[in-house]
Amino acid sequence: MKSENIIIAGFGGQGILFAGKLLAYAAMVAGKEISWLPSYGPEMRGGTANCHVVISEEPVGSPIIVNPDVLISMNRPSLDKFENSVIEGGTIVVDKSLIDRKVTRTDVRVKYVEATKIAMELGNAALANMVMVGAFLKETGAFILDEIKDAIVKNIPKTKQALAEIDIKAMVAGYNA
Amino acid sequence: MSKLYERPKSLCDVPMHYCPGCTHGIAHRLIAEVMDELGIEGETVGVAPVGCAVFAYDYFECDMQEAAHGRAPAVATGIKRVIPDRIVFTYQGDGDLAAIGTAETVHAAARGENITVIFINNAIYGMTGGQMAPTSLPGQFTQTSPYGRDVKKQGYPVRISEMLSTLDGPSYIERVSLDSVPNINNAKKAIKKAFQKQIDKKGFSLVEVLSTCPTNWGLSPVESMKWLKDNMIPYYPLGVFKDVD
Amino acid sequence: MSEKVLMKGNEAIAEAAILAGCRYFFGYPITPQTEIAAYMAKKMPKIGGTFLQAESEVSAINMVYGAAGAGARVMTSSSSPGMSLKGEGISYIAGADLPCVIVNIVRGGPGLGGIQPAQSDYFQATKGGGHGDYHLLVLAPNSVQEMVSLTIDAFDLADKYRIPVMLLGDGTLGQMMEPVEFSNDNISHVYEKPWATVGTQKKRKHNIINTLYMSPEELEYTIIERQKKYNSIVQNEIRCETSYLEDAEYVLSAYGTSSRIVETAVHQLRKEGYKAGIIRPITLWPFPSHIYKKAAEHAKAFLSVEMSMGQMVEDIMLAVNGKAPVHFFGRTGGVIPTPAEIVSKVKDIAGGNASE
Repeated sequence: MKSENIIIAGFGGQGILFAGKLLAYAAMVAGKEISWLPSYGPEMRGGTANCHVVISEEPVGSPIIVNPDVLISMNRPSLDKFENSVIEGGTIVVDKSLIDRKVTRTDVRVKYVEATKIAMELGNAALANMVMVGAFLKETGAFILDEIKDAIVKNIPKTKQALAEIDIKAMVAGYNA
Repeated sequence: MSKLYERPKSLCDVPMHYCPGCTHGIAHRLIAEVMDELGIEGETVGVAPVGCAVFAYDYFECDMQEAAHGRAPAVATGIKRVIPDRIVFTYQGDGDLAAIGTAETVHAAARGENITVIFINNAIYGMTGGQMAPTSLPGQFTQTSPYGRDVKKQGYPVRISEMLSTLDGPSYIERVSLDSVPNINNAKKAIKKAFQKQIDKKGFSLVEVLSTCPTNWGLSPVESMKWLKDNMIPYYPLGVFKDVD
Repeated sequence: MSEKVLMKGNEAIAEAAILAGCRYFFGYPITPQTEIAAYMAKKMPKIGGTFLQAESEVSAINMVYGAAGAGARVMTSSSSPGMSLKGEGISYIAGADLPCVIVNIVRGGPGLGGIQPAQSDYFQATKGGGHGDYHLLVLAPNSVQEMVSLTIDAFDLADKYRIPVMLLGDGTLGQMMEPVEFSNDNISHVYEKPWATVGTQKKRKHNIINTLYMSPEELEYTIIERQKKYNSIVQNEIRCETSYLEDAEYVLSAYGTSSRIVETAVHQLRKEGYKAGIIRPITLWPFPSHIYKKAAEHAKAFLSVEMSMGQMVEDIMLAVNGKAPVHFFGRTGGVIPTPAEIVSKVKDIAGGNASE
């Protein structure tokens, strides 16, 4: 697992914060120093939501990411907002189903995924966050697949483990997309 | 020789600061007699208000807390939640309970908080020198209604007992008066019943006690009793507004 | 050693309070601290505790007064506008020498302000907030783990000195998740409270919890007595963390969230050859003045970094007492300073381009 500053951004309700929590949790289990910082406010559904995940070898200083290594973007406003802040040589993962433009930067790696479309094919658009996480893993090699699988199982209540299986399926689909 | 009269054990042996003819002394005594009769002095925590009765903490032998103005029901709530098997009461005037502390009063009642509130309504702010109270009568002359309370400008009096009796939380609400011996005897019965409700864990109980303020009303003690009877009781009818088990 | 869990700052405070023996919580919802209340609402009924959502902040703090007076370990929490409402009750709690813990997860002000993190309640927390001669003991954590340890310590300090203790965080600390451990190392002490109003059982004179003294001499006496307690807190309870201070020419100072950002900035400055160091007060009252005083012997300049228009900077100026220039950099209203802005400010100071 690599040290990364990751911003995940999209609409409220897309599971942005949960996706970030999985990465933070997996990194914690792997012995990294981490922080997870959500945007907060009236954005339970529909508004813009984002979270900052810092994964580091050193104790985390500022938990607020100014220039992310990775941007996982799940809607157009978040791509507009964060595209230019990504570091040179960084990575942007784009949900192509929902974002109707290309990344204009030429100094970053870009991965386009039909995340919402894939999620709907799996039966639920709300799985798009997991598809994006899978695509992010494949693109960056930041985690191995099993680390996130484990994180999913651990972060879903025992009574709802059926959901974990579906989430893992969606993540694997994103990984292979 | 048998004693006909003595200080209730729940009342401290100290001089009270109340004005001559003021009915706070009677109300204090009734509460103390009730505590004696129920044998709860050692189990009780009282909460004093801000207003003329602010020094009530020096007058009752039970443990006491002095609350900020209007906050006695909140303070009593805090106490009661920590020691639910003890008896907790507040003693509050009309400015404290029905103006600055309205929210605390209404919500303690709505929660059915298992406390007893003794509400002294004398239709005026006593301690600050006779200003208009939320319960001052229409037309009543006070320092801040010098031309008489004009309901068009200063609004109408608040009938607390009626208002609170619309809530589901309270178990017992009664309005009594201290203007005559029979009424004083009734007042004691009501106070005792209110405490008994709490002992039986029935929830919020309140006794509204119509009282006098000779000094700020500008009347003699005897005239005050008559003024209470002739003016306050018609506006604030006596009786039980709520009594549920 | 117990297992590390990933937890929000707000939830960590609530869990730590329960570990410290707090069984009474009175609060009112306000962003960005509501998770504390929600956590308490879920947990308290399961452990025989009380969670009560009051009708207002005013009522909640007065419930704290009553419960503290009855001898309980009790807590309330809020965010800035709610803390203004609690000001009345806090003054009474201080005046009655009652122990309790008050959490302020600060957001931008004045007025409704905003809901994003700020540090603009420093004056309110350390200089008053309510009326009268009094102090709160103010603890300022800068990580989720420290929110745990300082919450537990807050209850002990409150009981030890019979003083209201404030935990001063901000929206970032409240909302962020970090790994935390709840170890058994800092199990709380139990303090006898013979002054509590729990009923006399007819075995003692009545206890009175009170803040009213009609005689000026008597009131003055109680205040002077309380001042002795404050002096003892100043002697014994100051907490402060320093780094790179030994050879520091530029001493940056910050607490809470902004200290995390300063940490990142100072690493950058050191890489670039600037001798920058950090003083991070953990107790904001009592303020670690002596640390600044000592640092002023060799520092070229101080820089206070805050999420406000400059509040703690006044305490630094008093501590430094003219021995070195004291600069300020801050963003406010919910805007968080960036490490780059701080680095640039230090370079300006070093280059003689910054006015105090």
